[in-house]
Amino acid sequence: MAVATVLIVDDEMGFVEALARRLTRRDVEIRAAYSGEEALNRLASDGDIEVVILDVKMPGMDGIETLAEIRRRFPLVEVIMLTGHATVESGIEGMKKGAFDYLMKPCDIEVLLTKVNEAAAVKRRREERIVEARVREITARRA
Amino acid sequence: MDETQQMHPEYALLARKMFLTILVVSYVPVLLISLTIYLQFRGVYRQKVEDHLVEMVRKHKQQIDAFLHARLADVRFLAQSFGGSTLSEEAFLQRQLAFLQSAYGATFVDLGVIDARGRQISYAGPFKLGQAEYAGAAWFQQAMAERAVISDVFLGLRGLPHFIVAVCSGEGQEAWVLRATIDFEAFNKLVGGIHIGATGVAFIVNRDGEFQTTGPASPIAAAAAFGGYQTCAVDPSRRIHVYSHPDENGVRSIYVTGLLKDRNWLLVYRQQAADAFQQLRRAEKMSLFFFILGGMLIVVMALVISRRMASRVTKADREKEIMRRQVIETSKLAGIGELAAGVAHEINNPVAVMIEEAGWIQDLMEDERISEPEDRAEIQRALQQIHTQGRRCKEITAKLLSFARGSDGSIRRLDINQIIEDVIRLVVQQAKFTHIEVETVLAPGLPPLSGSETEMHQVVLNLVNNALQAMAKDGGRLTVSSEADGPWIVIGVQDTGPGIPAAILERIFDPFFTTKPVGKGTGLGLSICYGIIKKMGGRIEVDSRVGQGTTFRVVVPVPPTAS
Repeated sequence: MAVATVLIVDDEMGFVEALARRLTRRDVEIRAAYSGEEALNRLASDGDIEVVILDVKMPGMDGIETLAEIRRRFPLVEVIMLTGHATVESGIEGMKKGAFDYLMKPCDIEVLLTKVNEAAAVKRRREERIVEARVREITARRA
Repeated sequence: MDETQQMHPEYALLARKMFLTILVVSYVPVLLISLTIYLQFRGVYRQKVEDHLVEMVRKHKQQIDAFLHARLADVRFLAQSFGGSTLSEEAFLQRQLAFLQSAYGATFVDLGVIDARGRQISYAGPFKLGQAEYAGAAWFQQAMAERAVISDVFLGLRGLPHFIVAVCSGEGQEAWVLRATIDFEAFNKLVGGIHIGATGVAFIVNRDGEFQTTGPASPIAAAAAFGGYQTCAVDPSRRIHVYSHPDENGVRSIYVTGLLKDRNWLLVYRQQAADAFQQLRRAEKMSLFFFILGGMLIVVMALVISRRMASRVTKADREKEIMRRQVIETSKLAGIGELAAGVAHEINNPVAVMIEEAGWIQDLMEDERISEPEDRAEIQRALQQIHTQGRRCKEITAKLLSFARGSDGSIRRLDINQIIEDVIRLVVQQAKFTHIEVETVLAPGLPPLSGSETEMHQVVLNLVNNALQAMAKDGGRLTVSSEADGPWIVIGVQDTGPGIPAAILERIFDPFFTTKPVGKGTGLGLSICYGIIKKMGGRIEVDSRVGQGTTFRVVVPVPPTAS
């Protein structure tokens, strides 16, 4: 069974492929998108996605814009930002805007895996709590 | 010396101008003052010499006149004291002659008494002239007519130069004439005594230009003297006359003349001008020597000073040029610094890919099934990918380096399209992330420009950077173009940014003018571009409309050799 279902978003195709390969080997279910717009479409069409690994700097819709859009439309999905060294600020900005965490690119695969697991766990817990809350609500209504 | 030989023509011209200026400024007053002093001195000196000569001639003239009048008075005294009959006695006459000779030396040669018909009645003297006929002699006729005469010098019956002093006494047939012969030598001494310098001589001529004393035996001298005589005769108010005339050898001489003997004779003093003004000539030579020496000193000083000044200016200009290049270099690096974020990301991407691929290989290696063919193929692919990405990094660093590398600023032929493409390649990645479309409209086959490659890069990069920054917020379109316009090449950098307000449009080329926050921009970019283009003989035009965008047009002349 997969650790988590992850969407990798980066305009650098080679990077997406290499990362996907390595994460797949670590039992992560991978989806790929090469721009912000594509990522949003993918999220809209694929409800399995739990965590998004999002590159900050992309042509067209950049990471921060995409993050804001994800938060607005898919609030339950967790986002891990990937930034280059020169754009640490944008990673921090991403945190402020609701990203789960940020990592410097290139990052250690194990660290990334840990973050993905954590993010997925957080997402699942939240979903469980939402389910619990709903159950309680329904139970209360019946009582 | 090497330094001056290698001096740029511009500085050589400067040195020459300075040299001439120093020369003129120092020489003209010296020349004017020297000339004034010289002319003044020469005038005064000439006047002094002439005055001296005139005074001398006047004194001698008076002396000679006095001598002649005294001799005439002597003869007249004899004639009136003793009467014709007494003087007709030769013994008496001999005694009178002896008496005169004892009083005046050899001045009186002989005495004679001549009757009204011109026959000599008695004679006392060394020559045997008894019974001599003088009826036809000019002096006799003149003596009869004018009662007294001093004759011109003539040879007469005795064949020796002499002149006659005669007085007439009695009336009609009773008239008789007492005649004395004045020794030419004795008279000559009066005039011959006048000797000044090496060439100064004095002589006397009569109305016909005949020498009355020992003269310089020169027809020209006589003619010149006669000329002077006539001038004196015409203008009697000028008793002493000074003029200059070339002598027989063409050497200019000064003549000082004065009329003698009731204006019948002319005393002439002649001296070569060079001799008379010898002191003046010496002073002139000395002054000229010092003048030339001083002049040479001025020339040398002017040469040294002008060269030194020019070499200082050259050095200062060279230092200025070095400073200018450093400023350009610094600002270029600053410009590249502004691109750093984009470039860092550009580099970071392939690096990230490489690390992931390396990690992937590591993942595969950890597996026991490494020997399987598909794994080997996978490793091969990953290595290939690392290789490709590595080369990509190399290209990025290479293009950055080619830009950042310090250039010697040397002038060479530039392909403007190549330069634009270099810059675009550098910024296109960054533009992509800021939603800016980059378009180039380059006219093919443009003639090469003449300039420094690094400077031209700097200009284009600066304008493009400014355009990108103007559009960084809202994106837009950057159009970089090149075209030929007659003898000019026009480089256009157009953006669709917010435009520059008219209020600051005039100031954008000013040094240190910037609209960026403190620490973000030096305000030197456009001012440096302006300096570079101006140095190339071109100009930068700007057209900006608020809300529509800005167009910079760099207009550079095509060098004549390339057209």
